[in-house]
Parts: sequence; structure tokens; C-alpha cells
Amino acid sequence: MANGILAHHFADIEQQRETASLGMWVFLATEVMFFGGLFLTYTVYRWTYPEAFAAGSSHLSVWLGGINTAVLLTSSFSMALAVHAAQEGRPRALMLWLVATMILGAAFLGIKAYEWMHEAHLGLLPGTGFAFTTPDPARFTSREVELFFVLYFTMTGFHALHMIIGLTIMAVLLLQAYRRRYSQVYNSPVEVSGLYWHFVDIVWIFLFPLLYLVS
Amino acid sequence: MAIDAGIPADAANEPTLVPGAHVPIDASNYLNNGHTVASWLLSVDHKRIALLYLGGVTFFFLIGGFFAVIFRLELITPRGDLVQPETYNKLFTLHGITMIFFFLIPAIPAVLGNFLIPIMIGAKDLAFPKLNLLSWYIYMLGGVLTILVALAGGVDTGWTFYPPYSSMFSNTWVVLTAVGVFITGFSSILTGLNFFVTIHKMRAPGMTWFRLPLFVWSLYATSIIMILGTPVLAITVLLVGIERIFGVGIFDPSYGGDPVLFQHLFWFYSHPAVYIMILPAMGVTSELVAAFSRKKPFGYAFIAMSSIAIAIFGFLVWGHHMFPAGQSIYAGMIFALLSFLTAIPSAIKVFNWTATLYKGSVSLETPMLYALGFIGLFTIGGLTGLFLPSVGVDIHVHDTYFVVAHFHYIMVGGTVMAYLGGIHYWWPKITGRMYPDWWGRLSALIIFVGFNLTFFPQFIVGYMGMPRRYWAYPEEFQTLNVLSSAGASILGVGYLLPLAYFAWSLKYAPHAGSNPWGAFGLEWTTPSPPPTENFKTTPTVDFEAYAYPHKEEERVG
Repeated sequence: MANGILAHHFADIEQQRETASLGMWVFLATEVMFFGGLFLTYTVYRWTYPEAFAAGSSHLSVWLGGINTAVLLTSSFSMALAVHAAQEGRPRALMLWLVATMILGAAFLGIKAYEWMHEAHLGLLPGTGFAFTTPDPARFTSREVELFFVLYFTMTGFHALHMIIGLTIMAVLLLQAYRRRYSQVYNSPVEVSGLYWHFVDIVWIFLFPLLYLVS
Repeated sequence: MAIDAGIPADAANEPTLVPGAHVPIDASNYLNNGHTVASWLLSVDHKRIALLYLGGVTFFFLIGGFFAVIFRLELITPRGDLVQPETYNKLFTLHGITMIFFFLIPAIPAVLGNFLIPIMIGAKDLAFPKLNLLSWYIYMLGGVLTILVALAGGVDTGWTFYPPYSSMFSNTWVVLTAVGVFITGFSSILTGLNFFVTIHKMRAPGMTWFRLPLFVWSLYATSIIMILGTPVLAITVLLVGIERIFGVGIFDPSYGGDPVLFQHLFWFYSHPAVYIMILPAMGVTSELVAAFSRKKPFGYAFIAMSSIAIAIFGFLVWGHHMFPAGQSIYAGMIFALLSFLTAIPSAIKVFNWTATLYKGSVSLETPMLYALGFIGLFTIGGLTGLFLPSVGVDIHVHDTYFVVAHFHYIMVGGTVMAYLGGIHYWWPKITGRMYPDWWGRLSALIIFVGFNLTFFPQFIVGYMGMPRRYWAYPEEFQTLNVLSSAGASILGVGYLLPLAYFAWSLKYAPHAGSNPWGAFGLEWTTPSPPPTENFKTTPTVDFEAYAYPHKEEERVG
């Protein structure tokens, strides 16, 4: 019965499912350490230059960031429904929720891209085009604010890269769902992709207050 | 089906080595299952991928050794007369990067671990076979980039990439090298992930955790470090790359960045990376000592748990690389204390190997000579490793040849000896052929002598105050440096010798039986070379690890 979906080196479908699930959890552990290095760097410099970071943060749009947070949380909800539909063996519902998740993910990236362009337009893109001048050099320097924006673009950039990878994975899932590859017996690709998507969501939950809500 | 792991008691003294060609080789094994290039380059069989890695790490070992040959030649005379100082900087940088990232880290896990973990736990393959193949391609891509860097003019930051060397002061190929290290890091992460999940989920029925061979335990501990450490290196070198490409400051003090933060991030990975290199070597040694003493290792559970302890402690000691970097004295004291604690599980292993030899039926075939060499050299490397986290001593010998000698005793005396011992031990299983034992023992002897002659003088010259990474030095250091270079040439001969007789053995050596050493373990119950699916039927494990018959029983029975 399970021919074609059970890989040759597993004894049964349950072992295959558990292996895929553990594999994704371990992968997410590596991701935690990857973003952990960024969060540590951020923490050290925010501790060192609190006023520069507050000044940099005040140039970000809390509204757009907040809307994006809501969009991304909703996409996690629709992804959870997609996983549920896959486990119940309902391919049409699975496709519907995958499409919904992809639309929300794309909306997030669109809003994010608009924010980046707006910030670049304001001269906040670090490097040669950085045009921020500090109002009070005694309190903090422009270089320190630039450091905030280096970290802002790096962190949100890596997060967006993870979103793009997630959307690519979902396009594959959608194709496979269209081909009716997933069933109540075999749905671990949907399940582990869901874990990944939720992780990317959680990273943003940390990024949003750290970057946008520095008072 | 209960299977007989290893030799039955009556054959315990009779290794089933059959001279001559007549051994019934199973018609199909993993080596003759497909002969096209694609059947190798697109194989998802862990055994074939292990051989792909064997080719890769051997290639990079020779490249890394080539750089060392040139700078050892330079160091024969006190004056810098063979190469320019900039060239010298590039040579030791490329030597370090090649040897660490492209040889030492993948060598034992990706070659021997890849080949043996599934067989040792009674599985058909690793948990994620395609990921395993992908990790080899990623590794080779990173390696090719590093070779390109060398051809294009090199990189001169040292393998440590410290800013501001790597940000403000270097005009060499730092970004490309960082990309190469970043890429190959992913290969390490994927290998670690694959091993971790495989050991958790793919064990044969009856293969409980405490029936696992100690080699598997050591790679389990290694995989934890690969999973949790390597991503931090990845983000660190990415930040260095971003800093250089976009001309912004992250670690550059002129932009408000903190170069010491880089050192923290770098050593948070790179100290545990030392344990990625040495833990698998310890696992190999546990196997060899047990097999050639014909005894269950003394304190099996202690050896297994000490691997886990080393993996955990290894993450807490990175600060001992940074005593002179302006760390607080209290941080220094804590890092010193934690570093001393790490010595405990390492010492447990050394004592237990020694106790395993005690009253064992010790036989000194080639792999055992390498294992004994490992124990001796690792002990010297480990004990001098206790001098270095002692804050006061470290201030004196920091960045001298004492440090160079110490970590070469661990990495070359330790890891390379164990790697070669493991290759000699499992060569009959991998290829189905024996090799000339006399030549094997000669190579072990030459390497042991050459190694000590190369690196012991460096302890002395370092203690006398010769700093590392200089292409010229005062004349009073010349005698010791000449000794070191002479030793390096002996060492080079010792390394080339196995290449020759292994190549010879592939065609001319006698076939090995399934268990040429009379050793115990699942890998010795399957034919040499093993079939593609490793076992004709999935084994059921109803025996303890290393259940060698007691000598008393043998005598009675």
C-alpha cells in the first residue's frame, strides 16, 4: 500500500514520518543558533549605544511593521489550517490554505520591500548612500545610527530570505497537492514545512519589537 | 533473526584472514553496483558518498600539506629568503583554512562516520540520503572556491579572520574565502543533522543506546556540536563579508564596531570545532583499542558519557582564546576553571583506554600502532592544553609556537593519527582487500617519529619566546627550527607511504573476509565489501556491545 511513498531505507511509514519531523526540529535548532548570533550582535550594540538605536528606530514605520506582524501571524494560522487539511486528507482545502498562506507571505514581502525603498529614499541605507546626520553629536554619532541600520537591514534581510525560501517550498507543496500526493497516511512534507513557516514567523515576532519599538 | 556479531568464541584467536584470492565475494556489493561516473556522482548510498568524501579530504590534505612544505622550507633559515612576507602570510592562512575546514572537520565524520554509522547501528542508510549527497557537493563547492582564492592570489588574514586584519587592512580575497568557509559550513551542518537524526531514529531492533559502539557515541556528540556551533560561524563570517562588501562597520572600531565581539562569536564556534575534530578521533581509538585488546572497553558508559560531557563543556570555554584581548580578570578566571573541567572527561577516556589494554590480548597490528600513537600524542597535547588556559602562563606563551605545537599535537598527533588508524582498520571492510601490514606498521612508525621531531621542538622554541606567524626569526632559534623542518620531511614521507600501498592493495592484495581482525560489531557481520543495502536481512541485536568472550571462558572451553 505504501509503495512509492515509503523510501527504501525505512522500515515503515511511521519511522519515516518521525525522522522527517525530527530532522526539521534539528534544522530549526541550527536556525536558532544562526539568528542567535545576529541577536547577540544586536544586543551588544544596543547596550553600548542605546540613544543611537532609539534614534534609528524612530525612523522606522511602526504602522507598517505592525500591519506586517498581523499579516504574518495570519499566515501562520492559515498554514496551520493547511497542515490540518493535509492530515485529514482533504487536498482541495489543503490547496486553498496553501494559496492563502502564499498570498499573505507575498503581501508581507511587498510591504517590507516598500519600507526598504522608503528608508533608502530617506538616506538610511548604510554604506555610501547613508545620509543621516546626528542632531546632537555629544549624545550619539551618525556612525552609531548607521550601525543600527546595518543590523536592521541584515536582520530583516535574512528574515525575508527565509520567507522567500518558504514561499518556494509552498509552491512545491501546492504542485504536489494538485497531483494528490498527500493523504492521511503521507503528509509529512506539509507538516515539516509548517514547522518551518511558524519558525520564520516567530523570528519576526522577536525582530518587530527589537527593531521598531525601541523608545 | 538473531545474528552472530563478530566471531564465535572458538574462532577468537583465528582472524578469518584468508590469504590468496579465494573468498566467496558476494556477486553484488556496493562497489560493483554500477560502474558509470554518474552511478558515483549521483549515488545516494552512504558508502559511495563516504568514498567521494575520501577523495575530497585526501585531495585537500595534500593541498594543505603543500603549503606547509613551503613555509617549513622558509623557516630553515632565520632570514626571510625564500618567499616574501606577504606570501608567507598567505601560506599559513591557506594551510590553516584548508586543513581545518576541508580536512580535519570532515575527515573522520564524513568518511568513516558516513560509511560506518548506518552499518554499525544496523540501518540501510542514513536518515536523509539525498541530503548526504548534497552535503558532499556543498563541501566540494566551498573547497573549489578556496582553491580559486589560492590561485587568484590568496588571503592573508590567518584562518581566524580577525578584524581589523580582515576588514581594514587586508587587500586579499577575504570575501571569497569567507564565502567558501560559509558554504562548507553548511555541509558540516547537514552532516551533523543527518547523523543526529539517524542515530535517534534508524537503529535496528534491539540496538539500544547502551549497545551502540563508542564510535557512534562520539559522532553523536560531534553532531550536536556541528548543529549548534556551525551556524554561529556562518553568521559571523557573513557579517565580515557584509562589512567588506558594503563598506559598513560591524566589527570595525572606526565605525563604532567591536572587534572583540567578533572574537567572541568566532571562538564560540571555533573552540567547539576543536572537539568536532577530536571527538571522532577518540571514538575511532575506542574501537581500535577494544578490537586489538579483544576486550570490552573498560568503563564503556563512562567513555560514552564523557563524549557528551566534552560536547557540552566545549561550548563554555571559548574565552580562553581571548585572555590578552581585554577580557575582565573574573571572566578569565571562570573560563580558566571551565577549561580545566573539560580535561576531566578527556582524562577519563585516556585512563579507560589504558585500563582496557590491561590484561587484554593486545596485538600490535597497524591500526593498533596508530591508536597507541594517538593515546600518547593526545596525552601530551591535552596536558599542554592545561598550561594554556592557566591565565598567567597563557599571557607568556600566547601566540607563540608553544600554542602551535599544542594544537598540532591534538589535531595532527591526535586526529590525523586516529583517522589513519581508522582507515587502516576499516580498509578491508571498505574495499574488500587487505594491505601489507609490514608497510602499514612502518608508516605508523615513520609518522610517529616525524611528527614528534616536527612539533616537539616547537614547544621549546615557543616557550623561549618565538612568536607564530613570522617569516623570519632571531638566529638563536635556528637549531630547533631546522629540527622541525627535518621532522616535517619525515612526516611527509610517512603520509605518502599509505597512499602508495593502499593504491597497490586495491588490485594486488589478498581479499579480506568479512571479519579479518576477529573484531566484534555489526559491521564485521556483513560481507567485505558490504552489499548496497548493508545487510541482507535487517539484523536484530540481542547482544551487548563488545561482547568479547572472557579469556577464562576460552581457556576452560
